Amino acid sequence: MPELLIELIKILVIVFGFVMAVASLMTLLGDRKQSAKIQNRIGPNRARLPFIDSPLAGIPHFLADGIKMLLKENIVPDGAHKKLHLIAPALVFLPALLGWAGVPFMDHYCSGDLQMAPGYREVCVGGEWKNYFQIMNFNAGLLFAFAIASVSVYGAAIAGWASNSNFSLLGGLRSSAQMISYEVSMGLSLAGVLMIYGTLDLNEMVRQQGYLIWDWLPRWGIVVQPLAFFLFFLAGMAETKRAPFDLPEGESEIVAGYITEYSTMKFAIMQLGEYAATVFIAALIAILFLGGWQASFPGLWVVNAEGVRFLPWLSHTYFHLPYAALIGLRILAMVIKTLVLVWLQFMMRWTLPRFRYDQVMVLGWKILLPLSLANLVVTALVVAII
Amino acid sequence: MGNVEVKPVERRERTFWEKTYVPEIAKGLAVTMGHFFRNLSPNKERRQTFTRQYPEEPTHYPPRYRGIHRLMLREDGQVRCVACMCCSTICPANCIHIEAGEHDDPSIEKYPQTFVIDELRCIVCGLCVEACPCDAIRMDSGRHIPPYAERGEAFLDRDLLMEAGGLSMAKQGGER
Repeated sequence: MPELLIELIKILVIVFGFVMAVASLMTLLGDRKQSAKIQNRIGPNRARLPFIDSPLAGIPHFLADGIKMLLKENIVPDGAHKKLHLIAPALVFLPALLGWAGVPFMDHYCSGDLQMAPGYREVCVGGEWKNYFQIMNFNAGLLFAFAIASVSVYGAAIAGWASNSNFSLLGGLRSSAQMISYEVSMGLSLAGVLMIYGTLDLNEMVRQQGYLIWDWLPRWGIVVQPLAFFLFFLAGMAETKRAPFDLPEGESEIVAGYITEYSTMKFAIMQLGEYAATVFIAALIAILFLGGWQASFPGLWVVNAEGVRFLPWLSHTYFHLPYAALIGLRILAMVIKTLVLVWLQFMMRWTLPRFRYDQVMVLGWKILLPLSLANLVVTALVVAII
Repeated sequence: MGNVEVKPVERRERTFWEKTYVPEIAKGLAVTMGHFFRNLSPNKERRQTFTRQYPEEPTHYPPRYRGIHRLMLREDGQVRCVACMCCSTICPANCIHIEAGEHDDPSIEKYPQTFVIDELRCIVCGLCVEACPCDAIRMDSGRHIPPYAERGEAFLDRDLLMEAGGLSMAKQGGER
């Protein structure tokens, strides 16, 4: 019974406490406030909560948006496929949340004494690993994440088809073409990473990124696979259908793409699904390339079971850290990395103009795909030689 | 069918690094991040936001902004206007209505018994100010014409216009 309770708490905290909170706050802070700052504006600050005479950085606006969305009239166009039109938003939204099942926010909890084995491997002496910081621990986490990410194509495509509108249909077609194209280079760019880590388990991958090269540089994915990081970042951004890859919405060409015919909370769910996908891609990049929950910072400090070491290329003295502090630091590191990556994606969104459709396809098939193949071949050679 | 003149435009070949997008995106990000962090800086002087919190912060008008009219006063508090009809004559929108009355003081001769400006008709051209020979009407009150709920409120009469009035530096009547 306690296990079931722990599972439930994990799901609630991760999905509602982190993913939904970040995704819905991003609708305001990321999209409206951040764009305002970039464009020398202030952004929304007029909505007030009762009895609080402060704009609270505009947060009440997002509550007001929610209320507005709930109270709007639900419009289903004539000739729309009623059932599919109804379930399409769920099909967009579900994959964005399901993917979080494999995301580790911390290493497994060690009920005994955490110690450092040779080769920078952390071992649990006199206890066992308990999976407290990952909803579901299984050895194919990356495959699962990819499978789930691919499923979200269906939501957009079905939404486009079921709306009985040409704009929606075009948007749905565009989104499926784009997502399928970029999935290829996304997967291939990761093949090199898989070769180096030799595992599909996301948590094990993060553990291996705690190993040190030359005794000071954490073996992060971005260190051993810099090209793959760029490829994956680009393909991941295209996968989330956000600007500069937001052709499926392309408001200057096809109104709002596959969400043209959606209103009320269905529209909000579609939008939230996109934001949640953005956060998910950010978490995936953090896990695969930026050391996930590893709290080290390359060149500045190293944190592991022995403690914390500042300026690791100079000194070899560890300051001891209690286990609770280590857990806190690692969770904090994962959260901060995810948030910074989300912020960076929004930064890109407000920096770059939208790609033309042919440019998106050229970028996907003619540039990213050959580059990721080349990366794969070079990595394979290097791994085979070493 | 005549020949269509076509001017071929020389297109610059993109360099390798431009084709990879990476340095160009970095440059773009540098610009947007510069704005982002500058506008987040705690020192408000460094921020570049142009937004004015309107109802709380007053709008700043330039010194020569043509706002709502005002009628200037003599030293004894009477209206400077001598009802010469120059302003109502030149007004292209026909929004100034003056009825002259005989003044008790023989050196003044005339004064406006009624002086009504229909601010809804006024096109804020400032010609009345230009035409006035004795600096009696001005538009430098610094207040813009407010929105009116009813048409009647837009007719500003003499006393209302004099409330914002002040003394003029010009000598009334000039040399005699």
